Amino acid sequence: MDKLIMYMQYPFVRYALIVGVLIALCSSLLGVTLVLKRFSFIGDGLSHVAFGATSIAAVLQLTNEMMLILPVTVISAVLLLRTGQNAKIKGDAAIAMISVAALAFGYLIMNIFSTSSNLTGDVCSTLFGSTSILTLTPGEVWLCAVLSIAVVMIFVLFYNKIFAVTFDEDFSRATGTRTDAYNLMIAVVIAVIIVLAMNLVGSLLISALVIFPALSAMRIFNNFKAVTICSAILSVICAAFGIIISILAGTPVGSTIVAVDAAVFLICYITGCFKGGVGR
Amino acid sequence: MAFITATDLSLGYDAQVVATEISFSVSKGDYLCIVGENGSGKTTLMKTLLHLKEPISGKIETGDDLKKDEIGYLPQQTIVQKDFPASVNEIVLSGCQGRCGMRPFYNRKEKSLAKENMERMGITDLANRCYRDLSGGQQQRALLARALCATKKVLLLDEPVAGLDPVVTAQMYDLIGGLNKEGISIIMISHDITAAVRYASHILHIGDKVFFGTKEDYLNSNIGSSFIKQQKGGKDNG
Repeated sequence: MDKLIMYMQYPFVRYALIVGVLIALCSSLLGVTLVLKRFSFIGDGLSHVAFGATSIAAVLQLTNEMMLILPVTVISAVLLLRTGQNAKIKGDAAIAMISVAALAFGYLIMNIFSTSSNLTGDVCSTLFGSTSILTLTPGEVWLCAVLSIAVVMIFVLFYNKIFAVTFDEDFSRATGTRTDAYNLMIAVVIAVIIVLAMNLVGSLLISALVIFPALSAMRIFNNFKAVTICSAILSVICAAFGIIISILAGTPVGSTIVAVDAAVFLICYITGCFKGGVGR
Repeated sequence: MAFITATDLSLGYDAQVVATEISFSVSKGDYLCIVGENGSGKTTLMKTLLHLKEPISGKIETGDDLKKDEIGYLPQQTIVQKDFPASVNEIVLSGCQGRCGMRPFYNRKEKSLAKENMERMGITDLANRCYRDLSGGQQQRALLARALCATKKVLLLDEPVAGLDPVVTAQMYDLIGGLNKEGISIIMISHDITAAVRYASHILHIGDKVFFGTKEDYLNSNIGSSFIKQQKGGKDNG
């Protein structure tokens, strides 16, 4: 405990906690929708696209990588979610295709053009989360805070519409809801969250932040509102615990958070089984 | 003028035409059944009526003060819905979404409308139950209540009794018949030709030959009597 209090006095630890918690909150909110729409893997796919874009940005030696990564990821998200319904290549296959292709090209480009002496280290840190979560500047923390507040506000304001579109897109469209616009909105928001979250857990583990809290909450609760709220709370708690554990035990941040998420899912699964046997 | 008038519709996916020369109209209080063999384009027709799909040619006009998005819709269940963690209340309320426009939350009027329609469908006691835990009949009632939140005029039902047992099927037909008597026009896709000719006022038969007219005319027509014979024969054999 003393050690924790000691660590808390360092600003970089506080920044990491703040950013981690905010990102976990945002990703879990949209996670419920994505899991239910059968887009669980979109986080994975988009983060690989972001990885590909990062390597291109690195090769082009852009000073502000975000200028390239964010638009590319947003466009991919829009294409993936939009063609989900009646595309020639179905949703899951499209995601898998883009995901591995982006990963492969990203690594190829880095390998061919890279000037860095520690290539494997670079790739590894982009894939599994770098230590950059521990080297955040106040400016980045503010950016993250502002974006997170925007995401939460969008989610609250459009909560009912997101529910209607998730549950039954055809019905919503037929009764005059502009489903295309909301799908587009969901796609853009998820792309933004993923680009933000790449610093935290890295490309390979991002899906965990999106799907684990949602799946855990679905085991326990029976209505959409409770599932959403519970998923947000679980996600925040897991992220906070994960970061604290990783600091205390010196483990990698990303994988520690995911491990905590997985453990919580197991607990929720078992709780759900008991509740199912008794309650229903 | 009729609620919906379709003239010389051709329907299909991409460039492939599945049904042609469909003309019919639905007026206030009508009970129209759409029948035809599998693959004859029944569901495509329904999607076109809901403006989810453009017809290849021909046109659909709405009249008698019916707005384009004032058609309630009872879809066939999708896989997504089977394990959806939502309460009946939330689902029924989502039927009011079209009324909201850009307003983010439901107002009191919409909440009471949802309550009213749950009462109408006899599912008030299920309001807080989870949709995925309900029986097939209860799920259909919940979706019907949602459709009623979206319309007071026309209901489109896509195979409303698919997968229900005979007792629940009969209840479902009674429920729909009751709504029709209250003045709501019904358009129903049905595999069940016996029920179709029993409850409907008009029949639209699509396929190689197209028929539209009152039930009595359909029973007396060649196309009607042979289709009924064929369907019943099929059932006896199977």
